[in-house]
Amino acid sequence: MNSIFEKFMKLDRRWIFLLLVIICVWAYKAKFTIPILIEDETRSIYDFIDSLPPGDIVFIAIDYDPNNLAELHPMTYAIVEHCWRKNLKVIFSALSQNGPGMADQAIRDISDSMKVDKEYNGVLYKGREIKNGVDYCFLGYKPYYGLVILGMGQNFRLPFPNDYYGTPLDSLPMMKGVINYDQVACVIDLSGGSITDAWIAFGQGKFGFPLALGLTGVMTAQYYPYLGSGQIFGLMGGLLGAAEYESLADNPGRAIDGMRVQLFAHLVIIFFIIMGNIGYFASQRRKKREEV
Amino acid sequence: MKRTTVLVMVGAIVIFGISWVLKSMSLTSTTDHYIAKGFAITFAAFLTLCIFSFLYKDNPFYKFAEHLFVGVSAAFWMSMGFWSTIVGNLIPRVSETLSNYFKVPYHPESYNPFYFLPVFLGILLLLRLSRKVGWVSRWPLAFIVGTTAGFNFIRYLRSDFIEQVSATFVPLLVDWQGIGHFFSNLSLSSTGQFVAMLSNWVIFFGVLCGIIYFFFSKEHKGVFGGASKIGIWILMITFGASFGYTVMGRISLLVGRITFLFKDWLSLIS
Repeated sequence: MNSIFEKFMKLDRRWIFLLLVIICVWAYKAKFTIPILIEDETRSIYDFIDSLPPGDIVFIAIDYDPNNLAELHPMTYAIVEHCWRKNLKVIFSALSQNGPGMADQAIRDISDSMKVDKEYNGVLYKGREIKNGVDYCFLGYKPYYGLVILGMGQNFRLPFPNDYYGTPLDSLPMMKGVINYDQVACVIDLSGGSITDAWIAFGQGKFGFPLALGLTGVMTAQYYPYLGSGQIFGLMGGLLGAAEYESLADNPGRAIDGMRVQLFAHLVIIFFIIMGNIGYFASQRRKKREEV
Repeated sequence: MKRTTVLVMVGAIVIFGISWVLKSMSLTSTTDHYIAKGFAITFAAFLTLCIFSFLYKDNPFYKFAEHLFVGVSAAFWMSMGFWSTIVGNLIPRVSETLSNYFKVPYHPESYNPFYFLPVFLGILLLLRLSRKVGWVSRWPLAFIVGTTAGFNFIRYLRSDFIEQVSATFVPLLVDWQGIGHFFSNLSLSSTGQFVAMLSNWVIFFGVLCGIIYFFFSKEHKGVFGGASKIGIWILMITFGASFGYTVMGRISLLVGRITFLFKDWLSLIS
């Protein structure tokens, strides 16, 4: 019996990678759904956006690069579509150097999706054309995010005299009378790096706007203390957070699809952790016996 | 170069070419630029597989993809910095001629001679490339370090220290109306009195024991040692939660790549 566990301990890690890939592909292709349990920290973001009156402005900071696309893009798609279906206006920024491409792609895809009638949570939303400058304003990218966040607190036009497409902000209908964070209902930072710290310290800390975070799984645990202290009002962690939001918005997408894979991949990893631990303790016991 | 290496490289090029042709053919009905799009998808799939090949062992394909990623990222960052900051912010505020040249709207009302100060400091930074006057680049660097330290000290002191410390001053008795009332209304609801009190006790003792673990001026024995052990358990649970989220994050990335390979490239998943 001991030898089986010891074999597991000596197993070449490449076999584990291969097994994981096979399980992931199978789970991705399989047709079944798993229940998504909604956490309060995700629900609070959904409820906040859902309670806003039409015409209010939500600031969405798309602060991630393509390497975090798999986790954070589903969040962007679910939140932005929710905002636009509720007739909210959105200001986008991208303070990560590869972020503008992410934001641009998301805006184009969601604008296409908005053209058709859809029913969410039993309510039929008529399809409509999403217009730049009317439904959204994309500020684009500027380096040194800390200073940009501080600058936007004075006036959005300070770091961004023109939007991403080169149009002066004053020429955009939705930006008339919008000076700084005072005219914004909340800021949602979707981030895969340290820009989040700057949003908490320089943004929420100085200007006091409601801030919610959508983070990669690796970062999530680190930011829970800010939820407890009330510095942020909501937190979505990784693909699970995105799946929770998709589930709340009744808009299933890639995150809910990915949960099937997560389930089986986690089972495989847990299995190998248990086997490895049993093997370790069994070999220790065997060594002690041999010494006696 | 070894014969096997050459054969593998030739094989990779041939497979790449076949994949490009097949992908372009499958895209003819969806886009006018099917050859370019076919190339982009095939090249992205090739780079994904190059990166994954590191799981088997280090190899020239992985190195190629890694170096390409670093080079492209650096070039993209520099390009974005030039177009978004110098062309996007500086030129529209200081020069009409240059604004017309770069085709960006001129904002004469925003003109301020102080905008030339960062230009001057930026040029000083570039002097680092010179051996003779490279030392001058330390001045703008000192300016950057000084202002960043000043900004961060004040703001992080407030958001990461004062706010966090004050968040641990939580009431240990929540909505307390006597022990009889507490037991008669005992509920495990997440919004109930019991759970609220329990979480506050965990925060209070967790922080206390965690700090004790890092207090090295007294030997960790007796009650102090016990608290220190609880402290290390609290830390381990935190690291465990963090590890769990990390695993989820990595699997999410794998899901993203599998989706790309099997859906966008091979079209095996609808």
